[in-house]
Amino acid sequence: MADHVVDAKGLNCPLPILRAKKGLREVPVGGILQLLATDPGSVKDMEAFCRQTGHELVESADADGVYTYLVKRTS
Amino acid sequence: MSEEVTGNAKSLSMIVTKGSLDWAYPPFILATTAAAMGLNVSMFFTFYGLTLLKKKLDLGVTTLGNPAMAMPMMGMHMQLPNLMSAVPGVDAMATGMMKNLIKKKGIASIEELRETAVESDVTLIACQMTMDMFEYGIDDLIDGPELGGAATYIETATKSDINLFI
Repeated sequence: MADHVVDAKGLNCPLPILRAKKGLREVPVGGILQLLATDPGSVKDMEAFCRQTGHELVESADADGVYTYLVKRTS
Repeated sequence: MSEEVTGNAKSLSMIVTKGSLDWAYPPFILATTAAAMGLNVSMFFTFYGLTLLKKKLDLGVTTLGNPAMAMPMMGMHMQLPNLMSAVPGVDAMATGMMKNLIKKKGIASIEELRETAVESDVTLIACQMTMDMFEYGIDDLIDGPELGGAATYIETATKSDINLFI
């Protein structure tokens, strides 16, 4: 379902955000990036990143210490 | 220029004055993150901050004047008193401990963050006066920095939404 998956598990701030940014380049406009992370700080940071850049945070889920984000590239 | 950087993008400028391993993190973390969020970013490296632009980084930390430094060790925190820094090898040990933590906790290296900054079109400005004072040449620095002075920074800062001194 995701157009591109980025595994940022084990990485600390700001690497999940930088990996998300890089990963979005691999996704067509309108497509979905899936980002996996274990950094608890990434929850608030992904929200801020999406608000600032205008990309849509479609889903933010937490299961067994792994955070899964689905980001829709809007531009 | 990356695709997001446009004429009406927000902007961040920073004066980077410190060249130790711990102090190298805040400016590079903020610069790379801001660039990822679509801001135009400029970093002005002056005094000891200029060392962060050298081709070969050899950054360290010191316990001297750093009373808040406490390294996690066996579930506790080990304080490193100021005086200890006078003991030969203590600063090297503290640096080693911090580099270990950086690796263990999945924290980016300064080299990686710096490379990301360059790839993200962050404008790097090396202070000409500092270059003269510490006798550095442009060949001592990585590719990419421009040379500039106080007026160059002030012009940038005047147009920036956020200006930080680190």
